[in-house]
Amino acid sequence: MPANPHNGQTEYGIGIGLRVPHYRHILDKKPVVDWFEIISENFMVDGGRPLEVLDSILEQYRVVQHGVSMYFGSADPLDRDHLKKLKRLVKRTNTPWLSDHLCWGSVDGRFTHDLLPMPYTMSVAKHTASKIRQAQDFLEVPICVENVSSYAEFHQSDMSEWEFLSEVAERADCGILLDVNNIYVSSQNHSFDPLDYVRQVPHHRVGQMHIAGHSKLEKYILDTHDSRVIDPVWAIYAEAIKLCGPTATLLEWDASIPSFDEVHDEALKANRFIQDHAKVAV
Amino acid sequence: MPKSPSSIRSLADYKEFQRRMCSVLFRPLTTTDEMQHQWSDGTSVSEFVESFVKPNDRLTSFERLEIYNRQYWFRALDSMSEDFPGLCALLGQKKFHALSVAYLTEHQSASWTLRNLGSRLPQFIEDNPQLTKPKTAMAQDMTRFEWAQILAFDEARLAPLEGDGLLGSDAAIMRLGLQPYLSLLELHYEVDEFALALKKNEQSMRSGASNALNEASKPVASKRVKAPNKRKIWLVVHRFHNSVYYKRLEREGFLMLGALRDGLSVAAAVEHALADANAEEDWASKIKMWFENWASLGWFCRPQTRNSKSKLTP
Repeated sequence: MPANPHNGQTEYGIGIGLRVPHYRHILDKKPVVDWFEIISENFMVDGGRPLEVLDSILEQYRVVQHGVSMYFGSADPLDRDHLKKLKRLVKRTNTPWLSDHLCWGSVDGRFTHDLLPMPYTMSVAKHTASKIRQAQDFLEVPICVENVSSYAEFHQSDMSEWEFLSEVAERADCGILLDVNNIYVSSQNHSFDPLDYVRQVPHHRVGQMHIAGHSKLEKYILDTHDSRVIDPVWAIYAEAIKLCGPTATLLEWDASIPSFDEVHDEALKANRFIQDHAKVAV
Repeated sequence: MPKSPSSIRSLADYKEFQRRMCSVLFRPLTTTDEMQHQWSDGTSVSEFVESFVKPNDRLTSFERLEIYNRQYWFRALDSMSEDFPGLCALLGQKKFHALSVAYLTEHQSASWTLRNLGSRLPQFIEDNPQLTKPKTAMAQDMTRFEWAQILAFDEARLAPLEGDGLLGSDAAIMRLGLQPYLSLLELHYEVDEFALALKKNEQSMRSGASNALNEASKPVASKRVKAPNKRKIWLVVHRFHNSVYYKRLEREGFLMLGALRDGLSVAAAVEHALADANAEEDWASKIKMWFENWASLGWFCRPQTRNSKSKLTP
Protein backbone atom coordinates (compact mmCIF):
# COMPACT_ATOMS: atom_id res chain seq x y z
CA MET A 1 0.00 0.00 0.00
CA PRO A 2 1.42 3.41 -0.84
CA ALA A 3 0.88 4.75 2.65
CA ASN A 4 -0.54 2.88 5.62
CA PRO A 5 -0.38 2.91 9.41
CA HIS A 6 2.46 0.38 9.29
CA ASN A 7 4.89 2.64 7.46
CA GLY A 8 3.85 5.78 9.29
CA GLN A 9 1.58 6.90 6.40
CA THR A 10 4.61 7.61 4.25
CA GLU A 11 5.07 7.12 0.53
CA TYR A 12 8.73 6.18 0.32
CA GLY A 13 10.06 4.83 -2.95
CA ILE A 14 13.21 2.81 -3.64
CA GLY A 15 15.94 2.82 -1.02
CA ILE A 16 19.24 1.06 -0.46
CA GLY A 17 21.08 -0.17 2.61
CA LEU A 18 23.64 2.22 4.08
CA ARG A 19 26.91 0.27 4.01
CA VAL A 20 30.46 1.17 5.06
CA PRO A 21 32.15 0.93 1.63
CA HIS A 22 29.78 3.61 0.31
CA TYR A 23 30.15 6.15 3.13
CA ARG A 24 32.80 8.25 1.42
CA HIS A 25 30.91 8.33 -1.87
CA ILE A 26 27.63 9.30 -0.21
CA LEU A 27 29.11 12.00 1.99
CA ASP A 28 31.25 13.49 -0.79
CA LYS A 29 29.00 13.13 -3.83
CA LYS A 30 25.61 13.37 -2.13
CA PRO A 31 23.84 11.18 -4.72
CA VAL A 32 20.08 11.39 -5.05
CA VAL A 33 18.60 8.48 -3.10
CA ASP A 34 15.03 8.37 -1.86
CA TRP A 35 15.95 6.83 1.48
CA PHE A 36 18.53 4.70 3.27
CA GLU A 37 17.91 1.73 5.50
CA ILE A 38 20.35 1.48 8.41
CA ILE A 39 21.07 -1.52 10.57
CA SER A 40 19.95 -0.19 13.94
CA GLU A 41 22.50 -2.17 15.95
CA ASN A 42 25.42 -0.51 14.13
CA PHE A 43 24.34 2.80 15.62
CA MET A 44 23.08 1.71 19.05
CA VAL A 45 26.35 2.87 20.57
CA ASP A 46 27.20 5.59 23.04
CA GLY A 47 29.59 7.61 20.89
CA GLY A 48 32.33 7.72 18.31
CA ARG A 49 32.42 7.65 14.55
CA PRO A 50 29.22 5.63 13.98
CA LEU A 51 27.07 8.42 15.33
CA GLU A 52 29.11 11.09 13.56
CA VAL A 53 28.50 9.35 10.22
CA LEU A 54 24.82 8.84 11.00
CA ASP A 55 24.31 12.49 11.84
CA SER A 56 25.93 13.51 8.56
CA ILE A 57 23.63 11.14 6.66
CA LEU A 58 20.58 12.43 8.53
CA GLU A 59 21.37 15.98 7.45
CA GLN A 60 20.87 14.94 3.82
CA TYR A 61 18.66 11.86 3.70
CA ARG A 62 15.61 10.05 5.05
CA VAL A 63 16.54 6.99 7.06
CA VAL A 64 14.55 3.92 8.09
CA GLN A 65 15.79 1.60 10.83
CA HIS A 66 16.08 -2.15 10.34
CA GLY A 67 17.08 -4.34 13.26
CA VAL A 68 18.63 -7.78 13.57
CA SER A 69 18.52 -8.54 17.28
CA MET A 70 15.10 -7.88 18.77
CA TYR A 71 14.27 -11.59 18.49
CA PHE A 72 10.51 -11.33 18.85
CA GLY A 73 10.41 -15.10 18.55
CA SER A 74 12.72 -15.87 21.46
CA ALA A 75 10.97 -17.35 24.48
CA ASP A 76 12.91 -14.91 26.67
CA PRO A 77 11.22 -11.57 27.37
CA LEU A 78 12.30 -8.40 25.57
CA ASP A 79 15.57 -6.89 26.76
CA ARG A 80 14.72 -3.52 28.36
CA ASP A 81 18.24 -2.17 27.97
CA HIS A 82 18.17 -3.01 24.28
CA LEU A 83 14.79 -1.33 23.86
CA LYS A 84 15.96 1.83 25.62
CA LYS A 85 18.97 2.10 23.31
CA LEU A 86 16.74 1.46 20.31
CA LYS A 87 14.32 4.17 21.38
CA ARG A 88 17.17 6.62 21.78
CA LEU A 89 18.13 5.89 18.18
CA VAL A 90 14.52 6.20 16.99
CA LYS A 91 14.45 9.70 18.43
CA ARG A 92 17.71 10.52 16.67
CA THR A 93 16.67 9.24 13.23
CA ASN A 94 12.94 10.03 13.30
CA THR A 95 12.38 6.78 11.46
CA PRO A 96 8.72 6.65 10.37
CA TRP A 97 8.63 2.91 11.05
CA LEU A 98 11.16 0.28 12.02
CA SER A 99 11.54 -3.35 11.19
CA ASP A 100 13.03 -6.50 12.64
CA HIS A 101 12.72 -10.19 11.89
CA LEU A 102 10.14 -12.82 12.66
CA CYS A 103 12.64 -15.18 14.19
CA TRP A 104 14.37 -16.15 17.39
CA GLY A 105 18.08 -15.99 18.20
CA SER A 106 18.70 -16.24 21.91
CA VAL A 107 17.74 -18.30 24.93
CA ASP A 108 18.57 -17.88 28.60
CA GLY A 109 20.57 -14.74 27.76
CA ARG A 110 22.87 -16.54 25.30
CA PHE A 111 22.89 -15.16 21.77
CA THR A 112 23.40 -16.95 18.46
CA HIS A 113 23.49 -13.71 16.41
CA ASP A 114 21.49 -15.56 13.79
CA LEU A 115 17.92 -15.28 12.49
CA LEU A 116 16.62 -18.69 13.47
CA PRO A 117 13.34 -20.10 12.13
CA MET A 118 10.48 -20.73 14.50
CA PRO A 119 8.09 -23.63 14.96
CA TYR A 120 4.79 -22.39 13.55
CA THR A 121 2.24 -23.03 16.29
CA MET A 122 -0.58 -20.97 17.75
CA SER A 123 1.06 -20.75 21.16
CA VAL A 124 4.30 -19.43 19.62
CA ALA A 125 2.33 -16.96 17.49
CA LYS A 126 0.56 -15.59 20.57
CA HIS A 127 3.80 -15.20 22.50
CA THR A 128 5.56 -13.52 19.57
CA ALA A 129 2.67 -11.14 18.90
CA SER A 130 2.62 -10.14 22.54
CA LYS A 131 6.31 -9.19 22.41
CA ILE A 132 5.82 -7.17 19.22
CA ARG A 133 2.94 -5.26 20.85
CA GLN A 134 5.10 -4.51 23.90
CA ALA A 135 7.94 -3.25 21.71
CA GLN A 136 5.60 -1.16 19.58
CA ASP A 137 4.04 0.43 22.67
CA PHE A 138 7.41 1.21 24.18
CA LEU A 139 9.06 2.52 21.03
CA GLU A 140 6.03 4.53 19.91
CA VAL A 141 6.72 3.83 16.26
CA PRO A 142 5.09 1.31 13.88
CA ILE A 143 6.88 -2.02 13.61
CA CYS A 144 7.05 -4.19 10.50
CA VAL A 145 8.15 -7.81 10.97
CA GLU A 146 10.18 -9.43 8.24
CA ASN A 147 9.85 -13.01 7.06
CA VAL A 148 13.29 -14.69 7.20
CA SER A 149 14.90 -17.12 4.79
CA SER A 150 15.32 -20.54 6.38
CA TYR A 151 17.02 -23.87 5.95
CA ALA A 152 15.09 -25.99 8.45
CA GLU A 153 11.48 -26.84 9.24
CA PHE A 154 10.19 -28.39 12.44
CA HIS A 155 7.96 -31.35 13.22
CA GLN A 156 6.24 -29.24 15.85
CA SER A 157 4.84 -26.75 13.29
CA ASP A 158 1.15 -27.04 12.62
CA MET A 159 0.64 -24.20 10.15
CA SER A 160 2.43 -22.80 7.10
CA GLU A 161 4.90 -19.95 7.37
CA TRP A 162 2.54 -17.48 5.71
CA GLU A 163 -0.31 -18.52 7.99
CA PHE A 164 1.99 -17.99 10.95
CA LEU A 165 3.17 -14.58 9.70
CA SER A 166 -0.43 -13.51 9.14
CA GLU A 167 -1.50 -14.75 12.57
CA VAL A 168 1.33 -12.87 14.29
CA ALA A 169 0.75 -9.66 12.34
CA GLU A 170 -2.98 -9.66 13.02
CA ARG A 171 -2.57 -10.44 16.72
CA ALA A 172 0.17 -7.82 17.15
CA ASP A 173 -1.60 -5.34 14.87
CA CYS A 174 1.78 -4.68 13.28
CA GLY A 175 3.08 -4.30 9.76
CA ILE A 176 4.92 -6.75 7.53
CA LEU A 177 8.23 -6.24 5.81
CA LEU A 178 7.75 -8.64 2.95
CA ASP A 179 11.14 -9.94 1.82
CA VAL A 180 10.46 -11.47 -1.57
CA ASN A 181 13.97 -12.87 -1.87
CA ASN A 182 13.50 -14.67 1.45
CA ILE A 183 10.22 -16.08 0.20
CA TYR A 184 12.00 -17.40 -2.88
CA VAL A 185 14.91 -18.86 -0.88
CA SER A 186 12.59 -20.61 1.58
CA SER A 187 10.28 -21.82 -1.20
CA GLN A 188 13.22 -23.55 -2.86
CA ASN A 189 14.53 -24.96 0.42
CA HIS A 190 11.11 -26.18 1.60
CA SER A 191 9.41 -26.88 -1.74
CA PHE A 192 6.40 -24.59 -1.67
CA ASP A 193 4.98 -22.18 -4.26
CA PRO A 194 6.24 -18.67 -3.47
CA LEU A 195 3.16 -17.14 -5.05
CA ASP A 196 0.94 -18.98 -2.55
CA TYR A 197 2.89 -17.14 0.14
CA VAL A 198 2.59 -13.72 -1.48
CA ARG A 199 -1.10 -14.14 -2.21
CA GLN A 200 -2.07 -15.21 1.29
CA VAL A 201 -0.47 -12.64 3.55
CA PRO A 202 -2.60 -9.64 4.62
CA HIS A 203 -1.62 -7.14 1.93
CA HIS A 204 -2.95 -4.14 3.82
CA ARG A 205 -0.29 -4.77 6.47
CA VAL A 206 2.71 -4.71 4.12
CA GLY A 207 4.62 -1.54 4.95
CA GLN A 208 7.89 -2.31 3.17
CA MET A 209 9.51 -4.87 0.89
CA HIS A 210 13.02 -6.25 0.56
CA ILE A 211 14.71 -7.53 -2.57
CA ALA A 212 18.16 -9.16 -2.69
CA GLY A 213 20.41 -11.70 -4.34
CA HIS A 214 21.34 -15.13 -2.98
CA SER A 215 23.61 -18.11 -3.68
CA LYS A 216 22.46 -21.40 -5.15
CA LEU A 217 24.38 -24.31 -3.65
CA GLU A 218 24.14 -27.94 -4.61
CA LYS A 219 21.34 -28.92 -2.23
CA TYR A 220 19.93 -25.65 -0.96
CA ILE A 221 19.89 -21.91 -1.47
CA LEU A 222 21.80 -19.67 0.91
CA ASP A 223 20.63 -16.12 1.54
CA THR A 224 23.89 -14.25 0.97
CA HIS A 225 22.87 -10.77 -0.26
CA ASP A 226 25.96 -10.74 -2.44
CA SER A 227 24.62 -10.45 -5.99
CA ARG A 228 21.93 -9.07 -8.27
CA VAL A 229 18.27 -9.93 -7.93
CA ILE A 230 17.40 -12.88 -10.16
CA ASP A 231 14.37 -12.95 -12.48
CA PRO A 232 12.27 -15.40 -10.42
CA VAL A 233 12.59 -13.02 -7.45
CA TRP A 234 11.58 -10.07 -9.63
CA ALA A 235 8.53 -12.12 -10.67
CA ILE A 236 7.53 -12.57 -7.03
CA TYR A 237 8.13 -8.87 -6.46
CA ALA A 238 5.89 -8.01 -9.43
CA GLU A 239 3.09 -10.11 -7.94
CA ALA A 240 3.61 -8.55 -4.52
CA ILE A 241 3.43 -5.03 -5.95
CA LYS A 242 0.32 -5.99 -7.90
CA LEU A 243 -1.36 -7.15 -4.69
CA CYS A 244 -0.02 -4.59 -2.23
CA GLY A 245 0.37 -1.51 -4.43
CA PRO A 246 3.53 0.58 -4.79
CA THR A 247 5.43 -0.10 -1.57
CA ALA A 248 8.66 1.26 -0.09
CA THR A 249 11.29 -1.14 -1.39
CA LEU A 250 14.84 -1.74 -0.28
CA LEU A 251 17.65 -3.63 -1.99
CA GLU A 252 19.92 -5.52 0.42
CA TRP A 253 23.49 -6.01 -0.78
CA ASP A 254 25.71 -6.91 2.19
CA ALA A 255 28.65 -8.92 0.84
CA SER A 256 30.93 -8.53 -2.19
CA ILE A 257 29.49 -5.03 -2.32
CA PRO A 258 30.05 -3.30 -5.68
CA SER A 259 30.15 0.45 -6.31
CA PHE A 260 27.40 2.66 -4.97
CA ASP A 261 26.08 3.32 -8.48
CA GLU A 262 25.87 -0.37 -9.30
CA VAL A 263 23.88 -1.09 -6.14
CA HIS A 264 21.62 1.89 -6.67
CA ASP A 265 20.98 1.01 -10.35
CA GLU A 266 20.02 -2.53 -9.34
CA ALA A 267 17.60 -1.18 -6.74
CA LEU A 268 16.02 1.24 -9.19
CA LYS A 269 15.02 -1.68 -11.43
CA ALA A 270 12.17 -2.09 -8.98
CA ASN A 271 10.64 1.08 -10.43
CA ARG A 272 9.79 -0.88 -13.56
CA PHE A 273 7.30 -3.01 -11.62
CA ILE A 274 5.94 -0.09 -9.69
CA GLN A 275 5.32 1.83 -12.93
CA ASP A 276 3.71 -1.23 -14.54
CA HIS A 277 1.37 -1.40 -11.58
CA ALA A 278 0.51 2.28 -11.95
CA LYS A 279 -0.39 1.71 -15.64
CA VAL A 280 -2.64 -1.20 -14.74
CA ALA A 281 -4.25 0.83 -11.96
CA VAL A 282 -5.03 3.64 -14.42
CA MET B 1 20.60 -35.39 26.01
CA PRO B 2 16.81 -35.10 26.62
CA LYS B 3 14.86 -34.65 23.41
CA SER B 4 12.90 -31.59 22.39
CA PRO B 5 9.19 -31.42 23.36
CA SER B 6 7.18 -33.22 20.67
CA SER B 7 4.62 -30.43 20.57
CA ILE B 8 4.77 -26.79 21.61
CA ARG B 9 1.67 -25.74 23.51
CA SER B 10 3.16 -23.46 26.15
CA LEU B 11 5.95 -20.99 26.69
CA ALA B 12 7.73 -23.61 28.79
CA ASP B 13 7.64 -26.07 25.86
CA TYR B 14 8.92 -23.37 23.56
CA LYS B 15 11.80 -22.42 25.82
CA GLU B 16 12.79 -26.05 26.13
CA PHE B 17 12.69 -26.39 22.34
CA GLN B 18 15.03 -23.39 21.99
CA ARG B 19 17.40 -24.73 24.65
CA ARG B 20 17.63 -28.06 22.84
CA MET B 21 18.35 -26.42 19.52
CA CYS B 22 21.00 -24.17 21.04
CA SER B 23 22.64 -27.13 22.72
CA VAL B 24 23.52 -28.26 19.19
CA LEU B 25 24.30 -24.85 17.68
CA PHE B 26 26.74 -23.87 20.41
CA ARG B 27 28.78 -27.08 20.09
CA PRO B 28 32.05 -26.51 18.21
CA LEU B 29 32.43 -27.87 14.71
CA THR B 30 34.76 -30.77 13.93
CA THR B 31 38.20 -30.09 12.44
CA THR B 32 36.59 -30.41 9.01
CA ASP B 33 33.92 -27.85 9.89
CA GLU B 34 31.12 -30.36 10.27
CA MET B 35 28.56 -30.70 13.03
CA GLN B 36 29.62 -33.22 15.67
CA HIS B 37 27.96 -36.62 15.25
CA GLN B 38 27.99 -37.69 18.90
CA TRP B 39 27.25 -36.21 22.28
CA SER B 40 29.92 -36.56 24.95
CA ASP B 41 28.13 -39.68 26.29
CA GLY B 42 28.41 -41.31 22.86
CA THR B 43 24.75 -41.02 21.89
CA SER B 44 23.74 -39.93 18.40
CA VAL B 45 23.25 -36.28 17.57
CA SER B 46 21.39 -37.28 14.38
CA GLU B 47 18.76 -39.10 16.38
CA PHE B 48 18.39 -36.11 18.67
CA VAL B 49 18.03 -33.64 15.79
CA GLU B 50 15.52 -35.86 13.99
CA SER B 51 13.16 -35.37 16.92
CA PHE B 52 12.54 -31.76 15.93
CA VAL B 53 14.02 -30.95 12.48
CA LYS B 54 12.23 -32.33 9.41
CA PRO B 55 14.35 -33.81 6.63
CA ASN B 56 13.54 -32.99 3.01
CA ASP B 57 14.24 -34.70 -0.32
CA ARG B 58 17.80 -33.29 -0.45
CA LEU B 59 18.98 -32.89 3.13
CA THR B 60 18.72 -34.96 6.30
CA SER B 61 17.60 -33.37 9.56
CA PHE B 62 21.23 -33.38 10.66
CA GLU B 63 22.40 -31.60 7.50
CA ARG B 64 19.72 -28.93 7.79
CA LEU B 65 20.67 -28.03 11.35
CA GLU B 66 24.34 -28.23 10.43
CA ILE B 67 23.83 -25.16 8.21
CA TYR B 68 22.94 -23.15 11.33
CA ASN B 69 25.69 -24.74 13.42
CA ARG B 70 28.23 -23.65 10.82
CA GLN B 71 26.77 -20.17 10.46
CA TYR B 72 27.00 -19.63 14.21
CA TRP B 73 30.63 -20.65 14.44
CA PHE B 74 31.79 -18.93 11.26
CA ARG B 75 30.18 -15.69 12.37
CA ALA B 76 31.55 -15.83 15.92
CA LEU B 77 35.06 -16.79 14.81
CA ASP B 78 35.08 -14.05 12.15
CA SER B 79 34.13 -11.56 14.81
CA MET B 80 37.00 -12.70 17.04
CA SER B 81 39.48 -12.38 14.14
CA GLU B 82 38.25 -8.89 13.36
CA ASP B 83 38.44 -7.75 16.97
CA PHE B 84 41.80 -9.30 17.86
CA PRO B 85 44.00 -9.21 14.73
CA GLY B 86 47.12 -8.48 16.78
CA LEU B 87 46.53 -11.44 19.07
CA CYS B 88 46.01 -13.61 16.00
CA ALA B 89 49.30 -12.41 14.53
CA LEU B 90 51.08 -12.99 17.82
CA LEU B 91 49.81 -16.53 18.36
CA GLY B 92 49.48 -17.62 14.73
CA GLN B 93 46.23 -18.63 13.02
CA LYS B 94 46.09 -22.18 14.37
CA LYS B 95 46.62 -21.31 18.01
CA PHE B 96 44.33 -18.29 17.80
CA HIS B 97 41.59 -20.45 16.30
CA ALA B 98 41.95 -23.02 19.09
CA LEU B 99 41.88 -20.24 21.70
CA SER B 100 38.79 -18.68 20.14
CA VAL B 101 36.93 -21.99 20.01
CA ALA B 102 37.79 -22.74 23.65
CA TYR B 103 36.75 -19.23 24.69
CA LEU B 104 33.46 -19.27 22.80
CA THR B 105 32.64 -22.73 24.09
CA GLU B 106 32.96 -21.49 27.66
CA HIS B 107 31.61 -17.99 27.05
CA GLN B 108 28.77 -17.88 24.56
CA SER B 109 27.76 -14.40 23.58
CA ALA B 110 25.82 -12.75 26.39
CA SER B 111 24.99 -9.57 24.51
CA TRP B 112 22.72 -8.62 21.61
CA THR B 113 25.75 -7.10 19.90
CA LEU B 114 28.82 -8.97 18.65
CA ARG B 115 30.82 -5.93 19.70
CA ASN B 116 30.94 -7.36 23.23
CA LEU B 117 31.88 -10.90 22.21
CA GLY B 118 35.52 -10.57 23.34
CA SER B 119 34.87 -8.74 26.60
CA ARG B 120 35.80 -11.74 28.73
CA LEU B 121 38.82 -12.82 26.68
CA PRO B 122 41.48 -11.08 28.82
CA GLN B 123 40.26 -12.93 31.92
CA PHE B 124 39.89 -16.20 29.98
CA ILE B 125 43.51 -16.04 28.85
CA GLU B 126 44.62 -15.43 32.41
CA ASP B 127 42.55 -18.38 33.63
CA ASN B 128 43.72 -20.71 30.85
CA PRO B 129 47.43 -20.03 30.32
CA GLN B 130 47.99 -23.40 28.63
CA LEU B 131 46.13 -22.12 25.54
CA THR B 132 48.65 -19.36 24.85
CA LYS B 133 51.92 -20.64 26.31
CA PRO B 134 54.73 -19.76 25.96
CA LYS B 135 53.36 -16.31 25.05
CA THR B 136 50.72 -15.99 27.75
CA ALA B 137 51.92 -12.71 29.24
CA MET B 138 52.33 -11.20 25.79
CA ALA B 139 48.89 -12.46 24.77
CA GLN B 140 47.33 -10.95 27.89
CA ASP B 141 48.83 -7.57 27.10
CA MET B 142 47.79 -7.71 23.45
CA THR B 143 44.23 -8.73 24.32
CA ARG B 144 43.81 -5.94 26.85
CA PHE B 145 45.24 -3.50 24.32
CA GLU B 146 42.86 -4.61 21.56
CA TRP B 147 39.83 -4.67 23.85
CA ALA B 148 40.70 -1.11 24.92
CA GLN B 149 40.60 -0.11 21.23
CA ILE B 150 37.09 -1.52 20.91
CA LEU B 151 36.01 0.59 23.89
CA ALA B 152 37.77 3.66 22.53
CA PHE B 153 35.95 3.29 19.22
CA ASP B 154 32.38 3.78 20.43
CA GLU B 155 32.15 4.33 24.18
CA ALA B 156 30.48 7.51 25.36
CA ARG B 157 32.17 10.90 25.29
CA LEU B 158 31.07 13.22 28.07
CA ALA B 159 31.38 16.99 27.90
CA PRO B 160 35.12 17.59 28.22
CA LEU B 161 36.51 20.01 30.77
CA GLU B 162 38.70 22.52 28.98
CA GLY B 163 41.96 23.76 30.46
CA ASP B 164 40.43 27.12 31.33
CA GLY B 165 37.81 25.41 33.43
CA LEU B 166 40.52 23.86 35.58
CA LEU B 167 42.34 27.10 36.32
CA GLY B 168 41.90 28.63 39.72
CA SER B 169 40.34 25.55 41.27
CA ASP B 170 41.64 24.33 44.59
CA ALA B 171 43.70 21.19 43.83
CA ALA B 172 43.11 19.91 47.33
CA ILE B 173 39.41 19.46 46.70
CA MET B 174 39.09 19.42 42.90
CA ARG B 175 38.20 16.04 41.42
CA LEU B 176 38.28 15.13 37.74
CA GLY B 177 36.75 12.26 35.86
CA LEU B 178 38.20 10.56 32.80
CA GLN B 179 36.27 9.92 29.60
CA PRO B 180 34.51 6.51 29.46
CA TYR B 181 36.23 5.75 26.14
CA LEU B 182 39.69 6.07 27.71
CA SER B 183 41.59 3.03 29.02
CA LEU B 184 44.74 3.07 31.13
CA LEU B 185 46.95 0.04 30.56
CA GLU B 186 50.06 -0.98 32.46
CA LEU B 187 51.72 -3.49 30.14
CA HIS B 188 54.80 -5.67 30.25
CA TYR B 189 55.41 -5.82 26.52
CA GLU B 190 55.61 -3.17 23.82
CA VAL B 191 52.47 -4.31 22.08
CA ASP B 192 51.86 -0.82 20.72
CA GLU B 193 55.08 -1.04 18.69
CA PHE B 194 54.09 -4.52 17.58
CA ALA B 195 50.70 -3.24 16.41
CA LEU B 196 52.30 -0.41 14.47
CA ALA B 197 54.76 -2.79 12.82
CA LEU B 198 51.91 -5.09 11.86
CA LYS B 199 49.94 -2.21 10.44
CA LYS B 200 52.89 -1.10 8.41
CA ASN B 201 53.58 -4.58 7.11
CA GLU B 202 50.13 -5.88 6.56
CA GLN B 203 47.96 -2.77 6.28
CA SER B 204 45.27 -4.78 7.98
CA MET B 205 45.18 -3.68 11.57
CA ARG B 206 42.04 -1.71 12.08
CA SER B 207 41.13 1.12 14.38
CA GLY B 208 37.65 0.06 15.34
CA ALA B 209 35.38 -2.62 16.61
CA SER B 210 33.48 -5.33 14.82
CA ASN B 211 29.82 -4.89 14.11
CA ALA B 212 30.61 -1.26 13.57
CA LEU B 213 31.83 0.99 10.88
CA ASN B 214 35.38 0.46 9.77
CA GLU B 215 36.51 -1.62 6.87
CA ALA B 216 36.51 -5.31 7.68
CA SER B 217 40.03 -6.41 8.42
CA LYS B 218 41.59 -9.59 7.26
CA PRO B 219 43.23 -11.96 9.71
CA VAL B 220 46.86 -11.10 10.09
CA ALA B 221 49.28 -13.93 9.49
CA SER B 222 52.59 -12.26 9.89
CA LYS B 223 55.81 -13.99 10.64
CA ARG B 224 57.78 -11.01 9.47
CA VAL B 225 56.96 -8.90 12.50
CA LYS B 226 59.14 -9.56 15.51
CA ALA B 227 57.33 -10.39 18.74
CA PRO B 228 56.93 -7.44 21.13
CA ASN B 229 59.93 -6.53 23.28
CA LYS B 230 59.65 -7.15 26.99
CA ARG B 231 59.57 -3.71 28.55
CA LYS B 232 57.14 -2.16 30.95
CA ILE B 233 55.03 0.58 29.37
CA TRP B 234 52.15 2.77 30.53
CA LEU B 235 49.64 3.32 27.78
CA VAL B 236 46.49 5.34 27.27
CA VAL B 237 44.10 4.14 24.58
CA HIS B 238 41.73 6.95 23.66
CA ARG B 239 39.75 8.67 20.93
CA PHE B 240 40.35 12.03 19.33
CA HIS B 241 38.16 13.48 16.58
CA ASN B 242 36.49 10.06 16.47
CA SER B 243 39.67 8.18 15.60
CA VAL B 244 41.29 5.69 17.97
CA TYR B 245 44.79 6.49 19.23
CA TYR B 246 47.21 5.21 21.82
CA LYS B 247 49.80 7.18 23.66
CA ARG B 248 52.57 6.21 26.04
CA LEU B 249 52.83 7.99 29.36
CA GLU B 250 55.51 8.29 31.97
CA ARG B 251 54.83 6.13 35.00
CA GLU B 252 54.00 9.15 37.17
CA GLY B 253 51.53 10.53 34.66
CA PHE B 254 49.86 7.14 34.40
CA LEU B 255 49.57 6.83 38.18
CA MET B 256 48.12 10.32 38.38
CA LEU B 257 45.39 9.58 35.84
CA GLY B 258 44.59 6.30 37.56
CA ALA B 259 44.25 8.05 40.89
CA LEU B 260 41.96 10.68 39.37
CA ARG B 261 39.80 7.95 37.89
CA ASP B 262 39.69 6.32 41.32
CA GLY B 263 38.23 9.52 42.74
CA LEU B 264 41.19 11.15 44.45
CA SER B 265 41.48 14.93 44.42
CA VAL B 266 44.06 16.43 42.08
CA ALA B 267 46.41 17.16 44.97
CA ALA B 268 46.07 13.64 46.35
CA ALA B 269 46.57 12.16 42.88
CA VAL B 270 49.77 14.12 42.42
CA GLU B 271 50.99 13.06 45.83
CA HIS B 272 50.18 9.43 45.05
CA ALA B 273 51.93 9.58 41.68
CA LEU B 274 55.10 11.17 43.02
CA ALA B 275 55.47 8.99 46.12
CA ASP B 276 58.46 7.13 44.65
CA ALA B 277 59.49 9.68 42.03
CA ASN B 278 62.91 11.12 41.48
CA ALA B 279 63.01 14.26 43.60
CA GLU B 280 65.44 15.97 41.24
CA GLU B 281 62.94 16.25 38.39
CA ASP B 282 61.03 19.50 37.83
CA TRP B 283 57.68 17.90 38.50
CA ALA B 284 55.76 21.16 38.77
CA SER B 285 56.53 22.12 35.15
CA LYS B 286 55.99 18.60 33.93
CA ILE B 287 52.62 18.17 35.62
CA LYS B 288 51.46 21.55 34.32
CA MET B 289 52.41 20.49 30.80
CA TRP B 290 50.70 17.10 31.18
CA PHE B 291 47.47 18.62 32.41
CA GLU B 292 47.42 21.12 29.54
CA ASN B 293 48.00 18.32 27.05
CA TRP B 294 45.44 15.96 28.56
CA ALA B 295 42.83 18.69 28.77
CA SER B 296 43.45 19.64 25.14
CA LEU B 297 42.86 16.00 24.17
CA GLY B 298 39.51 16.16 25.98
CA TRP B 299 40.36 13.43 28.48
CA PHE B 300 38.88 15.16 31.53
CA CYS B 301 35.19 15.30 32.33
CA ARG B 302 33.12 15.68 35.45
CA PRO B 303 33.57 12.71 37.76
CA GLN B 304 30.76 10.21 37.40
CA THR B 305 29.16 9.11 40.61
CA ARG B 306 26.52 6.45 41.08
CA ASN B 307 23.71 8.98 41.15
CA SER B 308 25.43 11.07 38.46
CA LYS B 309 25.45 14.10 40.76
CA SER B 310 29.01 15.04 40.06
CA LYS B 311 30.75 18.22 40.90
CA LEU B 312 34.12 19.67 40.21
CA THR B 313 34.37 20.61 43.83
CA PRO B 314 32.58 18.77 46.64
